[in-house]
Amino acid sequence: MTDQMIAPVRPETTDVGTAIAYLKEKFPDAVKDDGRQGYTGVIVDRAQLVDVATAIRDELGFNYLSSATAVDYLGVEDSMEMVYHAYRISGGPALVFKAQTPRENAAIPSLIDVYPGADFQEREAYDLYGIHFPGHPNLKRILLWDGFYGHPMRKDWKEAYYEEEHKPFDSRWPKGFVRRAEELNMFGKNVRYPDDLDLSRLSDDSEDSLYRGMGLGVDVETFDSEDKLRTDRLVVNLGPHHPSTHGVFRMVVTLNGETIETLEPVMGYLHRNHEKIGERNAWYHNMPFTDRLDYISGMSNNLGYALAVENLMSLGARYQPPTYRAEVIRVLMVELTRIVNHFWAVGFLLNDLGAFFTPALYAIEEREKVLDFFEATAGSRMMPNYMRFGGVFKDLPERIRSVANLVNDQIRDFNTMDYLTDLINESLPRAIDELDHFLTDSEIIKTRTRGVGYLPADMAIAYSTAGPLLRASGVPYDVRRADPYSIYPELDFDVAVRYNGDIYDRYLIRIDEMRESVRILKQILPRLERTHGESVFSGNKAVYMPRMPLGESYGRVENPKGELGFYTVSAGDPKGPQNPWRYHVRAPSFINLTPLGQMAKGQKVADVVAILGSIDIVLGETDR
Amino acid sequence: MYGMGILKGLSVTFKHFIESYTDDLRYAGKKLTTTQKFEKRQGTDTAGVYTVQYPDEKIAVPERFRFIPFLVVEDNDHPERPGHDWCTSCGICAKVCPPQCIWIVRGEDPVSKRPVPEPQAFFIDIDICMNCGYCAEFCPFDAIKMDHDYEMADYDRTETHIHDKDKLSKPLSYWRKIAPTTAWEEAIARGSWEHQDVVKQKQKVNAPLAIPGPTPDSPYVPPIVPVKEEPVETTQVTGETAAQEVVREAAPPTVAEGTPAPAAASGELSAEERRAKREAALARKAAKQEGGEG
Repeated sequence: MTDQMIAPVRPETTDVGTAIAYLKEKFPDAVKDDGRQGYTGVIVDRAQLVDVATAIRDELGFNYLSSATAVDYLGVEDSMEMVYHAYRISGGPALVFKAQTPRENAAIPSLIDVYPGADFQEREAYDLYGIHFPGHPNLKRILLWDGFYGHPMRKDWKEAYYEEEHKPFDSRWPKGFVRRAEELNMFGKNVRYPDDLDLSRLSDDSEDSLYRGMGLGVDVETFDSEDKLRTDRLVVNLGPHHPSTHGVFRMVVTLNGETIETLEPVMGYLHRNHEKIGERNAWYHNMPFTDRLDYISGMSNNLGYALAVENLMSLGARYQPPTYRAEVIRVLMVELTRIVNHFWAVGFLLNDLGAFFTPALYAIEEREKVLDFFEATAGSRMMPNYMRFGGVFKDLPERIRSVANLVNDQIRDFNTMDYLTDLINESLPRAIDELDHFLTDSEIIKTRTRGVGYLPADMAIAYSTAGPLLRASGVPYDVRRADPYSIYPELDFDVAVRYNGDIYDRYLIRIDEMRESVRILKQILPRLERTHGESVFSGNKAVYMPRMPLGESYGRVENPKGELGFYTVSAGDPKGPQNPWRYHVRAPSFINLTPLGQMAKGQKVADVVAILGSIDIVLGETDR
Repeated sequence: MYGMGILKGLSVTFKHFIESYTDDLRYAGKKLTTTQKFEKRQGTDTAGVYTVQYPDEKIAVPERFRFIPFLVVEDNDHPERPGHDWCTSCGICAKVCPPQCIWIVRGEDPVSKRPVPEPQAFFIDIDICMNCGYCAEFCPFDAIKMDHDYEMADYDRTETHIHDKDKLSKPLSYWRKIAPTTAWEEAIARGSWEHQDVVKQKQKVNAPLAIPGPTPDSPYVPPIVPVKEEPVETTQVTGETAAQEVVREAAPPTVAEGTPAPAAASGELSAEERRAKREAALARKAAKQEGGEG
């Protein structure tokens, strides 16, 4: 860790309470406590937001902006609000600060100069809420296209197949005569375009329309560089349909010859307004939807949402924390997920480097065994829907493969604990070692990846990157240690860190993390045996329509791809709302893309594919 | 030396290459039927990557595997209420359903217009269903369960993909077949293989249960039913297929074709009984296969 990374933390302000007191003393007019029931942090006058944020970063040391998101309080306070969660990179709890704006002509100064990581998040808030950010250099829609009418996350916006404000819908019971939504609301009649949109664009398939709104010309410009090598400057689309983008993701690059001058990511092809769906849903309904975010690691997403809601429930009187066995099982699932995800990430990074599918298939061989275990336990390989508020769905099965289904197949019928022991002590370490042996020393990989896609530590922090991307740049920041949750404090493991910040280190750190996960899993096994037969759920039975206490909560977990955070607000109905007022996903795949343009600048086209692969994104989570 | 890393990596590839043939060599001289070979080769000691030749070969799914829900109804040979719905149309599944794909018309007495505990109609739009399993988890009557049948592709989604009550209803024996352990645990919790309300009614008047079930202290005996040979449709349509018969006499476990009985069961059955059962099962299977082909 270099010296300039460590922000000067004033010794008397290590505690968040002291930090807030310091802020209030310094900005007596602009900063006041958030006194609403169940809320934490401070409300900052938007006129002085940039000054206050600068003080928070430089004087108080909260230099890592985890999440910046908007909330629409229509009907409660008739205002909109930006909520910022800032952390110290040395660990500890968040300093939450908020800025409010009226709903009409909503505007809040941009924090992009203080926290460059706010870039995409402010664009998202502009896109979905219509809040303007004066000072933002590139304020345009990010998830939706510019022919979209309105700002969908506003509370008064209704989707094309709108049925009712909240689930459960009344039409389903007791008079549930089935109607398909598209019969009620014919496609074509339920679409509205902005008034200034030129509709002839929709049938225009020329190159020009592709780049409109990007400020890019497509004319090939020829110019001679210093060494008299004649090159062309041209704009190239990588994606959206391209195997290297791991989904539908587009990178618009301006090339000078083969060198990249600018790169702009274009996303949103898989956007489904997950958060709006989440706000129509009841609290419980969201759990299976979180599986679909980062669909490689559904178990971890479940844990993040469960944590956020449990934080919220703990504000109320009748809250029972999860039982110890539930926590043990959760950690088991999450660490297995991490190994699965990193196998996947490493395998497909090699795909991007041109080693087409041989490493990927070797890497995901052991993944099948883990998924078999998930399937036997949770019922689904990739969409587990396994965690519940206060525990997990069901205990581990006695046997992995039920005897009954496999009469002729005694071979694959295993005792669960034997299966897990074999998996954790034998198969997984062996597979990791094999992958290491296979790839780490390869000269081709070293040549392709060393020094490519460099991201220095201070930029990694400033851009709010998380997970392996951050740790490979030499910042040992891991939520499991920095802001511990579940039973991680009692487990013995190291935060993997590498210092070079290039693709090779991002590959190595995934191997390191898999080894650390195996280390954790080895400590989980005796705990599983010790707690055998204990309850996996606190309380009697899961309540299907729980009422939440009023307030806000932010639950974050160290997902395989980085920090996954869920910001939930429970507001409105004073008796305790059944639906989340706000449900926000701080998606690591989305925010980790912020420095992609910086990392790719000056690199060759072929390297961009590898850089993107080394960030390890899943479009289900990026686009939400 | 430059190039050593690549050679090291290639040794791994070469190992995998050899491994992909070791199983072929291992089973080369042995006369194994395709099914048996498949299962052997899916075992833990399998080397190399083995491809499952779907749809000719299928991996059996675990008990908790969940796909589109189905409604539990009584078996057709139930002595008191054959084919009766277990669903009481309470509407909890429709409320917990995250994508809201369940539609229930509550049963109504035609004269008094009072609700009766039986659904008049029940629809699930399987295109919307996200297979989360909440309906089965929260149903207080064990009346809706997640199915194992995952082959639902169809040419038309508007008509065939809205499952009505007829299409959704499957007998309890089917549930006991696909998820014996879970069904057993649920029966213990209810106190019988009967519907929870029936148990309560009978207890009130002290009447004997038609199908007395397992008690918490009865030893767990999973019913052994061959799944692969029998397509799901047969068990639904005809009432007299082999599978259902096997399921109904589940408590003393039947021994399926070609396998030794599990340890729990083998202690209770003598060798003669086992042979007799096995012959009976084989005969049924043969009869069924003939019927199916002809």
